[in-house]
Amino acid sequence: MSAIQETPGLAAAAPRASVARRGAWLALGLAVALAPLWLLESFHLFQLTMAVIMSLAVLGLNIVTGYNGQISLGHGAFFAIGAYVTAILMAQADWSFYATLPFAAAICGMVGYAVGLPALRLGGLYLALVTFSLAVAVPQLLKHRALEGWTGGVQGLFLMKPEPPAWLTARVAITPDQFMYLLALVVAALCYLLAWNLIRGRIGRALMATRDHPTAAEAMGMDIAALKTRAFAVSAMITGVAGALSAAAVEFVAPDSFTFLLSISLFVGMVVGGVASILGSVFGGLFVLFVPNIAESISRAAPGVIYGIILIVFLFVLPDGVAGLVRRVLARLGGRAP
Amino acid sequence: MLLDVKGLRAGYGPTHVLHGLDFAVEEGGVTTLLGANGAGKTTTLRAVCGMVRMEGEVNLSGQRITGLATEDIARRGVAHVPDGRGTFMELTVEENFRLGAYVRRDGEVQRDFERMWEWFPRLKQRWRQQAGTLSGGEQQMLAIARALLLRPKLLLLDEPSFGLAPLIVQDIFGILRRIRAESGVGILLVEQNANLALELADRAYLLETGRIVMSGPAAEIRQDEAIRRSYLGY
Amino acid sequence: MDAFLLQLAAGIATGGIYASVALAIVMIYQATHHVNFAQGEMATLSTFIALTFIQAGFPYWVAFGATLAVSFVMGALVERLIMRPVQHAPILTHVGVYIGMLLIIGNLTGWVFGYTTKVFPSPFEGGGPMLGGLLSAHQLGSVGVTLGVLVLVYLFFTKTSLGLAMRAAAYNPRSARLVGIRVDVMLALGWGLAAAIGSVAGMMVAPIVFLDPNMMLGILLYAFAGALLGGIDNPPGAVAGGFLVGVLENLAGAYIVGTELKLSVALVIIIGVLVLKPSGLFGRVVFSRV
Repeated sequence: MSAIQETPGLAAAAPRASVARRGAWLALGLAVALAPLWLLESFHLFQLTMAVIMSLAVLGLNIVTGYNGQISLGHGAFFAIGAYVTAILMAQADWSFYATLPFAAAICGMVGYAVGLPALRLGGLYLALVTFSLAVAVPQLLKHRALEGWTGGVQGLFLMKPEPPAWLTARVAITPDQFMYLLALVVAALCYLLAWNLIRGRIGRALMATRDHPTAAEAMGMDIAALKTRAFAVSAMITGVAGALSAAAVEFVAPDSFTFLLSISLFVGMVVGGVASILGSVFGGLFVLFVPNIAESISRAAPGVIYGIILIVFLFVLPDGVAGLVRRVLARLGGRAP
Repeated sequence: MLLDVKGLRAGYGPTHVLHGLDFAVEEGGVTTLLGANGAGKTTTLRAVCGMVRMEGEVNLSGQRITGLATEDIARRGVAHVPDGRGTFMELTVEENFRLGAYVRRDGEVQRDFERMWEWFPRLKQRWRQQAGTLSGGEQQMLAIARALLLRPKLLLLDEPSFGLAPLIVQDIFGILRRIRAESGVGILLVEQNANLALELADRAYLLETGRIVMSGPAAEIRQDEAIRRSYLGY
Repeated sequence: MDAFLLQLAAGIATGGIYASVALAIVMIYQATHHVNFAQGEMATLSTFIALTFIQAGFPYWVAFGATLAVSFVMGALVERLIMRPVQHAPILTHVGVYIGMLLIIGNLTGWVFGYTTKVFPSPFEGGGPMLGGLLSAHQLGSVGVTLGVLVLVYLFFTKTSLGLAMRAAAYNPRSARLVGIRVDVMLALGWGLAAAIGSVAGMMVAPIVFLDPNMMLGILLYAFAGALLGGIDNPPGAVAGGFLVGVLENLAGAYIVGTELKLSVALVIIIGVLVLKPSGLFGRVVFSRV
């Protein structure tokens, strides 16, 4: 009944697949990722773009909570910061979107580090509590009159998604929506690559060791404090980048887009998709985007209730999420022990 | 027979630690379980109390207690002083006493408090203190007092000498002798300090990796040099 | 000076509300060593149930009592059905379950009772402003109710056997079993009690802020701040903390940060306490010697 696996999930993953096999999966993945560009029209493509963005946000949360065991119920705050940095720089200072990305990442990273410092002294429940309070307080802060000049207050800010560059439109007919999808995909892929590299290496093992056996980890000479604060920083950075992308995709930011429900959604997405799982973050993003939409057509209350029920059911029955299920099914099919 | 155990098997998760033990404690008698670390002594006590997964027959005064929940076994008169003493650290000495007598419905609890104060005067001194601030020896006395306040039929003790200075250990065993002499309580004593245990006990069983390899009257075992050398190391 | 006293009095009055919810939080913590994020939603649901009783024609205090009973049962059921299966799971799972309950209960309340704001009656009507114009009859009454509940809870936990058993079951379930305490029953009782106390808080605050499904969220945050400030394992401390937070919130809102940022005051308090003095102002620091 564990939502966190005791042994590093990736070490228990499939044994080294052949290069050809890996290449085949990659090609398949590429095809699946690019197909929507031709198959979907504008609105659904936009939704898929948001799914990609949300899965990136969930990935960020997974790094600090799933892999490192520091429970954050306030990641919506980092998402909001990333979104607002991009929005402010584009709407008020006329920056190009691409320039805002590293800026948003850097600022979120710093804020994440700053949150990570006091977080060192708090354990599980208390940290969850504090981050939860952060999530509740963020919309209020965003609406505050003192910042209105920049944030646009309650009304928010409008911006435009980046235009496809000339060298691309010269060769291919591509709409801004399609380009946005592509952009989100590329940025997300880069972040996923970064995360994947981090997790399967020494740092990933260190993160998980700190999560599962902190005293032993410290006794072995790991600098727990540095590890944990940096985990927070990287996590915030990735979720912040997702926020920046969302600002461009939606072309609008307002305080009420970033209530504590966002933080809760990310958390639910992480659990349902699969805690401490890169693949799980992808499922999480899909879940976060599409389930509320489907549910809302039933009744106003439905999304919340359904979210809650699914969350609890998963915690009871499928603690390692959809990714865990997929992993076990694939292993069963491949004839190996799961 | 106060406690009659036959074919006791027990374990944690998929592993079996005890592989079929038979032992007994007589009314008012003292039985000791000896053995090295990892032999399964603590697991045996836990199995008797229903704290671990177990199979077999455990009878208390002729009634089967196998499969009962720990709290129900306690209510039948089995008081267990576990490894680590099981003191309620955050609560006061007084509150620990009150908890010891929690299930009692007779009116003699206050009298038993007074008796415990007489046996353990230092506990009375530290009445309102938080139990976690007591020394190791005092905590052991508190644990024993708490167990006795249940007015048990059977007292289970898990390594009462553990981590205590020799002089304190003498005090503790003095108390155990007093328990045997003055109350009618049967004692199942798990100990690594074989010498002290054999001095106190009537019967002894020697445990090795989950099996009983030797049993007999404690006095005989104590006097048999060959057995002592090979099994008990002294 | 007058304005200051008014703010102070208002702070004490709202502080009373925070204090009761803080008390419920600490109760759960004492009984289970968990902090229930869904406490507020449960209290809101209880308040709606109370309204239903009142609208059905029951006199106020009968509805009050009935609500207490229903809430108690609800809390115990939540423990049995939802918390029990995951009791040995890691913290992440527990947090997830609280969040799940928050979502389900909160939205269920809206679905069943509707989202329009409703008026909730106070049993203390009919006096004009009291205490020289500082407090209304209801504010005074609710403070009184809070203190009354506190005294009862405090006596329960410290003087009665059952209260002691509940504390023991939370601190050390293994040893509690060894003295014959039915730990599972204690946990369910603890949750039931906390739900009942939460319902009192809901019924006291609803006349002031009006009843709608989102009533308690902000209050919950202030209550957390109060419980932490006073010491999470300390009922009287939590109540004192609640009052303190009410006063601080009001004064800070009036004189320092403006009313829009009052919730952030709670946040600052929470962070400050956890970083500087995690056991709270009055909490017991636990010594452990091996």
